[in-house]
Amino acid sequence: MSCCAPGAEAFADPEATRTLPSPEDLVLASRPGRDGQREARLSVPAIHCGACLRTVESALAGVDGVLHARANLTGRNVTVRWRDGSLPPAIVETLAAAGYPPHLADSARDGPDPVQSELVRALSVAGFASGNIMLLSVSVWSGTDAAMRDVFHALSALIALPALAYSGRVFYRSAWQALRRGRTNMDVPISIGVALAFALSVYDTIEGGPHAYFDAAVMLLLFLLVGRTLDHAMRARAHAAVEGLARLSPRGVVVEREDGTTAYLPVGEIVPGMTVIVAAGDRLPVDGRVLSGVSQLDRSLVTGENLPVPVSAGAVVEAGTLNLSAPLRVEASVAAGDSFLAEIVRLMAAAEGGRSAYRRIADRAAALYAPFVHATAILALVAWFSVTGDLHLAITIAVAVLIITCPCALGLAVPLVQGIATRRLFDRGVMVKDGAALERLAGVDVVVFDKTGTLTLGVPRLRDRDHADAKALALAATLAAYSRHPHARALAAAHAARDGRLDPAVADVREYPGDGLEARRNADVVRLGRAAWALARQPRDPAGPAEAGTVLAVNGRLVAAFVFDEALRAGARDAIAAFRGEGLDVEILSGDHEPAVAGLAGTLGVVRFRAAMRPEGKLARLNSLAAAGHKALMIGDGLNDTPAFAAAHVSMAPSSAVDVGRNAADFVFLRESLDAGPLALATARRAGQLIRQNLAIAVLYNGVALPFAIAGLVTPLVAALAMSGSSLIVVANALRLDWRPRRKRPLRAAAWRAEAGEGLAR
Amino acid sequence: MSVLAYLIPLSIVLGIVGLAAFLWCLKNGQYEDLDGAAERVLFDEDGPAGP
Repeated sequence: MSCCAPGAEAFADPEATRTLPSPEDLVLASRPGRDGQREARLSVPAIHCGACLRTVESALAGVDGVLHARANLTGRNVTVRWRDGSLPPAIVETLAAAGYPPHLADSARDGPDPVQSELVRALSVAGFASGNIMLLSVSVWSGTDAAMRDVFHALSALIALPALAYSGRVFYRSAWQALRRGRTNMDVPISIGVALAFALSVYDTIEGGPHAYFDAAVMLLLFLLVGRTLDHAMRARAHAAVEGLARLSPRGVVVEREDGTTAYLPVGEIVPGMTVIVAAGDRLPVDGRVLSGVSQLDRSLVTGENLPVPVSAGAVVEAGTLNLSAPLRVEASVAAGDSFLAEIVRLMAAAEGGRSAYRRIADRAAALYAPFVHATAILALVAWFSVTGDLHLAITIAVAVLIITCPCALGLAVPLVQGIATRRLFDRGVMVKDGAALERLAGVDVVVFDKTGTLTLGVPRLRDRDHADAKALALAATLAAYSRHPHARALAAAHAARDGRLDPAVADVREYPGDGLEARRNADVVRLGRAAWALARQPRDPAGPAEAGTVLAVNGRLVAAFVFDEALRAGARDAIAAFRGEGLDVEILSGDHEPAVAGLAGTLGVVRFRAAMRPEGKLARLNSLAAAGHKALMIGDGLNDTPAFAAAHVSMAPSSAVDVGRNAADFVFLRESLDAGPLALATARRAGQLIRQNLAIAVLYNGVALPFAIAGLVTPLVAALAMSGSSLIVVANALRLDWRPRRKRPLRAAAWRAEAGEGLAR
Repeated sequence: MSVLAYLIPLSIVLGIVGLAAFLWCLKNGQYEDLDGAAERVLFDEDGPAGP
């Protein structure tokens, strides 16, 4: 069935399935329903076909306490209702056991989007009204007698009044807001045109005049609402998809009270001095100091450092770092609102404030267009009145000018193209947050990359995997299976790719954070870890620096040494070449140590790079680029890149990025490959070209029609034809965005599937 | 022509019924999961869990 549809693999995010939400998290994310029920929406990326819906729903129906479960294929989520009790039923475990590991969405949206439904309702009312009025108008145009014509006009007025009042609210509101601030936008001429046309037509209907513009007024709103709804729908979908990604920072945390009992509190309720227990595999919720426990922290998302840092009692730790090997008791030093994470958010807000507001193409067009339209209409009014002295005729002509030049095609020109471009990128796993991002991306001239997690995958890989001694690798992988250390995972992955059988004789595996793993194999002591520790047989100071190499030793004798390198993200090399081909400068800003960055920059042939950058440093660099007149695209994944996102002209993040980063970035790509960057750039540039064409067509069309309107030749029939004609041309031109690639599509789809399959195998 | 006296109101009422039906569907969440609805029609029996 649709299991093989392209896009099925789009949400297969390996990070998302790593840790399951705890029952306490589920309760925190749920909301109370009627009759003492609770309801939660869980994101389930693995849902991809009709059979999945049934599997998920029947699995949940079998759980005791679950009252209702409804899976959603479009949104890849499931809504569950259960009886409120002390603990929720085993929803998460059941889903995971059925092969559909769920995660809590970044922010659980409650119900449908209100703006979206308002727009769709307004659109449907406008559609209904314009259809009925058009039927009556066609009868009038085909020649009815005067009495019947007046009846039809009156009926049209009756239908048009509620429709204009209801559907037009979107435009009146925005026009009023613009006028109140002393500005003008596209909605001002629309509102004035619609209101004048309606008032004049009502007057004519009462007087028994031959022409009424009810159809034109309602149709204008209909076309504009189509554009508005498209624009909103594409933004809403991208936001929903990004929010559906796994939340990386915890919602709640286990707190140890003074009497020794523990409680699960929301992160926001942590105050300085509280003792927090962080299990292995959890991220730290707040900044603090380690009270007890020895473990290693993965700081790659926070600072960009690639290797874990060993910590023990007394160490100062930052929010957002991942606890790898053993539980830690941490004393919170600040409240969650003051932690490192919050500091980053503050830096971002400051950078946002400094960035000059980008004005969208449509707004810039409107700023030129609206005064011109108004001036022409007033001029026509004054000229006709002074020549003929007939105020009614003069107003009719001024209204005809307003209607014929009303930016109906302009209103469709931009959102249509951007909607199609967004759809194309969505199909290829790139989320576009809003149309303005596409416009900004088209203009960039510098690309700034983060290193860890962006150019690289942030996970080490065993070098010479295919030449490693099979027996030694099997033994090392057996020990490694007990650890979350990135090197251990790399060993386990390398072994799993060959035969995957573990050594059954290994027992008593223990982890010494900062040193390595120790186990017994029959009478032997096996160690996997730092050379100095594994070979000397004496545990050494655990706070020593981590090394790039790892050895396997039996009773202190060297058996094998493993060397790791950083796995480049797929497509990194091609993406850099493609950006260069487009004439962009490429730069790397990393928080990692100088040698690591220099090595990678050398491999990729990038000359301009900076290492050991703090978040403030990255922000400053982006600001100085902007000051020099460059427009930078920032691609990064870490917390440390997030302030730079706000300062960059446009930003992009992989789906594995931290929550704050994902929410701040203009683009989020869900697939592993960095191809997304050049793809988005090419699409944005093509879309920009089509938008300019569309605007030119609309202006040209109006330019041709304008003299006829001023000459008083535009009857309601001509106005209706002109309006639909220009809109059709603009729509047809926008669809050209999809033309070229369609022929290649089957091939591309196959390539993605191969790529996704490879990703799973790894 | 007197036939128009009730045909035109009738056509408008029918249009309003259609519009009301659409708005009701929208409010009732019928457009929440378009892909899922296409698959659910193929299920043999009713869904396992409640309404």
